[in-house]
Amino acid sequence: MGASIFKKTKSSSFLLKAFQLREMGIVIAIVLVFGLALIKNSSFASTASIQQLLSGPSVVILLAVGETLVIITKNVDLSIGSVLGLSAYVVGDLFVHHQGMPIWIALLAGTLVGLLCGLINGLIVAYARVPALVVTLGMLYIIRGVDALLVNGRQIVPSSIPNSFINLGSNSILGIPILTLIAGAAVLIFTYIMRTFRPARDFYAIGSNTEAAVLAGVRVQRRVFTAFLISGALAGLGGALWLAEFATVGSTAGSGYELNVVAAVVVGGVAIFGGSGTVLGAAFGALLLNTIDQALVASRVSSFWNQAVAGALLLVAIAFDRYVALKTELALRVDRFSSSEAK
Amino acid sequence: MHSHEAVLKVEHVSKSFGPVQALIDGCVELFPGEAHALLGENGAGKSTLVKILAGIYDVDAGEIILNGVPVEISSPLAARAAGIAVIYQEPTLFPDLSVAENIFMGRQPLSAGRRIDKAEMIRRTRSVFERLGVDISATRKARGLSVADQQIVEIAKAISFDSKIIIMDEPTAALTDVEVARLFEVVKTLRSEGSAIMFISHRLEEVFAMCQRVTIMRDGNFVRTSTIEEISLDEIIFSMVGRDIVSVYSRHNSELGDLILDVKGLTRAGVFKDINFQVHSGEIVALAGLVGAGRTEVARGIFGIDPIDGGVVTFKGKKLKSGSPLAAMSAGIGFVPEDRRQQGLVMDMAIDRNVALASIHDLTRLGLIKSGSEKSLATRWASQLQVKFGRFSNPVKTLSGGNQQKVVLAKWLARTPSLLIIDEPTRGIDIGTKSEVHKLLSELVSNGIGILMISSEMPEVLGVADRILVIHEGRLSAEFSRAEATEALIMRAATGQESVVA
Repeated sequence: MGASIFKKTKSSSFLLKAFQLREMGIVIAIVLVFGLALIKNSSFASTASIQQLLSGPSVVILLAVGETLVIITKNVDLSIGSVLGLSAYVVGDLFVHHQGMPIWIALLAGTLVGLLCGLINGLIVAYARVPALVVTLGMLYIIRGVDALLVNGRQIVPSSIPNSFINLGSNSILGIPILTLIAGAAVLIFTYIMRTFRPARDFYAIGSNTEAAVLAGVRVQRRVFTAFLISGALAGLGGALWLAEFATVGSTAGSGYELNVVAAVVVGGVAIFGGSGTVLGAAFGALLLNTIDQALVASRVSSFWNQAVAGALLLVAIAFDRYVALKTELALRVDRFSSSEAK
Repeated sequence: MHSHEAVLKVEHVSKSFGPVQALIDGCVELFPGEAHALLGENGAGKSTLVKILAGIYDVDAGEIILNGVPVEISSPLAARAAGIAVIYQEPTLFPDLSVAENIFMGRQPLSAGRRIDKAEMIRRTRSVFERLGVDISATRKARGLSVADQQIVEIAKAISFDSKIIIMDEPTAALTDVEVARLFEVVKTLRSEGSAIMFISHRLEEVFAMCQRVTIMRDGNFVRTSTIEEISLDEIIFSMVGRDIVSVYSRHNSELGDLILDVKGLTRAGVFKDINFQVHSGEIVALAGLVGAGRTEVARGIFGIDPIDGGVVTFKGKKLKSGSPLAAMSAGIGFVPEDRRQQGLVMDMAIDRNVALASIHDLTRLGLIKSGSEKSLATRWASQLQVKFGRFSNPVKTLSGGNQQKVVLAKWLARTPSLLIIDEPTRGIDIGTKSEVHKLLSELVSNGIGILMISSEMPEVLGVADRILVIHEGRLSAEFSRAEATEALIMRAATGQESVVA
């Protein structure tokens, strides 16, 4: 009878499709860009080129994993570029003073530097309740300033870095660059965590409806704090890997990186207003942006176009999200309308 | 009916916010297996009491005794652990998450290694829905659920806690009668399982239909508790307002004037289809129907907030430009939305500014607002509508719901409209102010305004409207004059059991 309000809707499958469509769409875009570049320049498919395509965005992917967690909680971390720069310099400086430092200590030191920065971000955002945009923008400048003070003209040069560490940034295992393996591991681990554990689901709840999260007993402050800790730690680890990759660190290392990362995350389908998106999607986003970058280089298009293309893609991604949201809404409405009318 | 031991006792609880004493002496006792109504006007302290039990507010003084043991409910988690579940007036769902996850957020079933057991979570969600007799997909996202379905998810959430105390803060405010009947059955099931249900509502007929006992509060104080058999509707109202209200609904007698609004074939894909009706000056036309039938959307389409896909709206003989609220306003239509807080008012803005908001073009010179003009406009309308307030410069959010609604009305009346569209004019407004609003509407039509009113409250529709249009799933299904309308006829048309359109 008149209980049409409780009718089952078929929309869950629709949403699922739209979602899968999103990640599939990025993969297709990557393949498409790759193919087009290949037509222009056949060396694009060489082993070296493909290794470069995989390892190039590794550090961005690592940072994007942390940024994804932060953005899912409806916050943003703009300090990661500076964190990366500071961590890269600190680790480099440690090598200058302790030539024989084991690799794992170097990675740990970088992570700790990032953790410390994330701690400050997290405390101010989660517990003092200052908007993340303001806090992390402030931290972006503060950390960069600290970095400049430390560097003080004394750049880290490749000769100070032991070969074993530099190998980390250039060697491969079974043909896969080590950097890619590290970033890939982070993506897999966090993809699994974000799907599987209660505290991780809290992140989505907070971003989706903070007030409801409070009522559901979610420890909002602790979770937001954790998101910033992880973002900081991964940016710190990213700094150490940056050092391994480039072996040269000045006071501007990683500046502007945060925007690349946020762009990758958004292109990868993480809603900028929180609540939805996946780590895997963000990683694909980073991969896509880098592939476009490389494809333009390989096609000998002026590098000035790179940023324009990245920006356009960002707008397309946001427009696509909006379009899907509106479509979904309409589909739900019509669904309900026609299903009730059919009776 | 119930055992001797109270499952929950609230004794002389008080709570202040700065200088404002929201709750002075809150007392209530709940027994297993009863549905207990907590009644009082807005500002009586009911919501404060509920939030204390939900662990959102701490108490200043007084005691909460659970199963004979004094307890402190320091957080929502503590409330949950104590077996208290609260269903709020506004659904608090996560739009991006699945229905199942909405229900089990923070306590998802786990398998080995503290991993979330999704299959089990979905299975349990289905079994709760089965118990409630509803059919909602467990795996779909909450985004896009109707208000009624959102409420059902909320109720499922409370039930899945295995809570022995379920508090519902105006759960029926957004539901229509069919959905409310469904809720009643759910409540019956819960009672038979030994749960105690506390129910806050402004719809007194529901209280009589569903509750065994009532507790009445006024101005933050406990007034009385009694069984439903021992108390009459008049006594309840008297206890709530402290005075007799002769007639809840006032009737007006006014001449039917000229045709002002003529809607022909109005259509919006997937929302409503081929809507035809007219409104004359001097009459109140009600749009009745279930929530989600498309009543509000029709009104929004006429006023130009939402785009329309077909049809013509003629206002005072001229075709109204579609999709333009500005055109509708300058033609002389006022729109009082359902959601005062979000759409009708700027909550943080001063009272006088809110009143002047829609008339701002008439108050400016060279693009600047003339000094004092907002205040003088507000003074005139505030006194006419008897708005109770401290200072004009106070933000609107400091007013009670009823007075906020008067401010919205004042805002539109200041433009001297010839048609007022008003969506749920008295939702969430206490009974005293309710009748003032009704009297006001009646005065407006005697002054020659036409009113198109959307209402989910049957007595309001029957008591206030001259003509009643019923919408069922996006189509006009019936039209009744005041004389021929009955609750049963309207409900049948609203649920699509009968089509009586001429």
